[in-house]
Amino acid sequence: MRYRKGAITLLALIGVALALPAMAAPEEAYRTFLGYDSRIAIWIIAELHLMFGAFVLGVPIFAVTIEIIGWKTKDPRYDKLAYEFTQLLSGAFGFTATLGGLLAFSLFGLYPKFMDYLSGVFHDVMYIYALLFFVESITLYLYYYLWHKMAKQKGLHILLGILLNVCGTVIMMVANSWASFMMSPVGIAKDTNQFIGSAWQAMNNPLWHPLNLHRFLGNVAFGGFVCGAYAAIRYLGAKTQEERAHYDWMGYIGNFCAVCGLIPLPFAGYYLGREVYSNSAVMGNNMMGGAFSWTFIIQAILIGGLFIGSNYYLWIGMHRIPGSERYTKYIKFIDIIIILCFAVWLTPHNLPLSAEEQISVGGQYHPTLKYLGLMSGKNAVVNFIILSTFLSFLLYRRANLGEGIPFSKQGAKSRWILLGIAAGLILILGSYSNYLFHLNPAALDLPADKAKYFKLPAILLLVQITAMLVAVAMTFMNRGKIGQMLYLGITIIDITFVLGVYGYIVMAVANPFLRNVAVTQWMTMMSSLVLVTTLDVFLFKGAPQVGEMTWGKMPSRSQYTLIFLCVFIVMLIGLMGFIRSGLRENWHIYGVMQDTSPGSWTPDNALMAKVVSACGLIFLSAVSFLFWLTSAAEKKAHKPDEGPAAHPKAAPPAHEKTARSRS
Amino acid sequence: MPKRRIPILAKVVGVVIGIYILIRFVIQPPLPFSLVFMYMSLTVVGVLVYVSIYDDVWNEFTLPIEEFFRGRSDRGAVWQGVRLIVLAMIPLFIGWGVYNKVKPSYNPPAEQRVVHPAPPFEVAGLNNPLRQRPEKYQDYIKLGSKIYFQNCFYCHGDRFDGEGHFAHGFNLPPANFMDAGTIAQLQESFVFWRVSTGGPGLPAESTPWNSAMPKWEDMLNTEERWAVVMYLYEQTGWKPRTWQ
Repeated sequence: MRYRKGAITLLALIGVALALPAMAAPEEAYRTFLGYDSRIAIWIIAELHLMFGAFVLGVPIFAVTIEIIGWKTKDPRYDKLAYEFTQLLSGAFGFTATLGGLLAFSLFGLYPKFMDYLSGVFHDVMYIYALLFFVESITLYLYYYLWHKMAKQKGLHILLGILLNVCGTVIMMVANSWASFMMSPVGIAKDTNQFIGSAWQAMNNPLWHPLNLHRFLGNVAFGGFVCGAYAAIRYLGAKTQEERAHYDWMGYIGNFCAVCGLIPLPFAGYYLGREVYSNSAVMGNNMMGGAFSWTFIIQAILIGGLFIGSNYYLWIGMHRIPGSERYTKYIKFIDIIIILCFAVWLTPHNLPLSAEEQISVGGQYHPTLKYLGLMSGKNAVVNFIILSTFLSFLLYRRANLGEGIPFSKQGAKSRWILLGIAAGLILILGSYSNYLFHLNPAALDLPADKAKYFKLPAILLLVQITAMLVAVAMTFMNRGKIGQMLYLGITIIDITFVLGVYGYIVMAVANPFLRNVAVTQWMTMMSSLVLVTTLDVFLFKGAPQVGEMTWGKMPSRSQYTLIFLCVFIVMLIGLMGFIRSGLRENWHIYGVMQDTSPGSWTPDNALMAKVVSACGLIFLSAVSFLFWLTSAAEKKAHKPDEGPAAHPKAAPPAHEKTARSRS
Repeated sequence: MPKRRIPILAKVVGVVIGIYILIRFVIQPPLPFSLVFMYMSLTVVGVLVYVSIYDDVWNEFTLPIEEFFRGRSDRGAVWQGVRLIVLAMIPLFIGWGVYNKVKPSYNPPAEQRVVHPAPPFEVAGLNNPLRQRPEKYQDYIKLGSKIYFQNCFYCHGDRFDGEGHFAHGFNLPPANFMDAGTIAQLQESFVFWRVSTGGPGLPAESTPWNSAMPKWEDMLNTEERWAVVMYLYEQTGWKPRTWQ
């Protein structure tokens, strides 16, 4: 009943929000928020709405995926886990909707003239948005409340989940179109600044899809880390070993989903950044070399923290895997690589120097380290960090597996699947190589003699294809592990050491081609992830387990790591929200409608840090409240006959095992 | 005779000190404090991550620290004495840090200058009009050369490397155009804007800015400024950054 009320409230909010354009008074450009700074108020409300939005859009993606895994493997643990993830959604969805309504009220109330313009452009889309919201809320409630009733119609239930995700993604895309239009408006009359295009034109602005991709992946990472923190809190407060085992597993899955989103995220960010630069050199300059460049150092710290934390959690998790001792010797090397790469990533091009330091360095740039601050170096190390994280997962995956069935004995199906995947990858890499060989320099505004610089990346892609063929052939000869390492090794050499260094040459002599170098690095890296994972699946097919995985045997510091990851991603999303929005500087709609309010100035980093921290604190408090509600509701609904059968294999608690000698 | 193992705490301290020596004294010219701090923080994080993965390693690492702070009665007088000295040094060290932090200093604070400030909105879309007339390219290069040697080379040098006669009298030093990190990374419109407005024309977000570059738009006409920009690219061999 209370959920029906929630749905009605939600619809009422949407209705009011839609009616608000008519209520706006365009004569008055700005108002204050109860006498306070309206800009800060909008900032906080929008950020909170975005954080909850990211959570409710991210979690269903992996909830449905886990449900599908449970359905296919007929393992009830997955179904229970997917349900528990979905449980977290229902409360968060209400918060998201309420904050969305509050944001709409505030925008129309505080910035009537701007919203008059924006609703003039997007009013048709706003109705579609509201309708989609309606469909999404209905789908979510059906998906959640009919979970057990539809246990025998799992396919249909999963379809509901997919519909929920489709609605959520389209809603996100619609909202993104408004935000991206404000950054890269199209369909504007040059002389009057009036909008003369269609709503679709406005939606399909240059930054729309880069933003869609970035937010989609960001939401998956965000949802995963928040769920991981939920599991960690429940683990730390668990009373029984069964509970500990369950929440240990849930934390692992949350972290795994988050890392799946996190791995391609730097490239999506790079794509968005490049498109921002292409769209406006002023924005681009401000972003990477200007007023916002220091926020990117903070961003690097936060993302580095996420990668280090995720890896650390995995490494600690090796404890619970019998047989992992065969691989733990590699951990220190991965640790060193990640820290070194992170150091490169953090190094700013433009150093903060005192007068004395400036004299001793001999200028603004350090003669050696200045190269680490440039994009080429950063691209190389980001790819290396991703591959190292992937390697951690690989070691984790095979930690308790013995020798698999030799590939030559796995039958025709395995051979065809492997050949099919390799052929697909070869087709993709080969097509891009061919494109680079035939790329016309004029298409990049470069003179004809620069075509020679396109050859090396194209050749390296052919090298990757050759390495792939060798790796597959070795797998056919039951030497797949060597093939795997060969491909991974060549990938690292190509993208980090060859293209990483080559990027500096390209930056100096054929700068526009750098984006193609970055695409080559990314495609090579992704091909490595796909091929090596596929090979791993076949190499360990039918492999006996060295021992039973003992869930619930994790030291407390691993769980605090999950909480730390959640805090970091919350701060990161807040920071990136500030950067994306702040890049417009004193424009509501960039180059079209100027912000003339008293709060039009760009906040400094100190104010940014305070507001983002406040948003993070409010969000985490609200989420903690929701987690508490969920666990309280669960306790109430718990039946005594639901028991250990649904939990993963438990192990003795870590603290019982650890006896420290004190003499 | 069994091999004596180095305690983990000693290894950690050794690694951290070793890296500090490398960063602080081996790399030349010396790194600024901000980078040393960043790299050392990372080193500590990396080391702590490694020693805290396994319970037994973590326990071995933390046990001597705990024992040190808790104290042990079964240790000799030397150990007790060293412990007391170190314990006394901790507040003294903190006090010394606080004293250094609050004592008045005549040094200007570290600058977080924005080296590539965004040009004004109207400048970003500019194209060099002289490039529209390729038949007069050599004339413009000649003009640019004349302008450069009349006005710029005193600071930026006749080899475009920022080593002109007056170069060492300035802090910030004049830009080295031969360096791949200067005009090769910039759009022509950006360079034109910097030449035109010089140090005084920099936007507020780029302050504090100590550039001695004059505001050349007060002394050179538009054609002369575009011509000198063209000349710079011609002579250095760099191509202006384009749309990417």
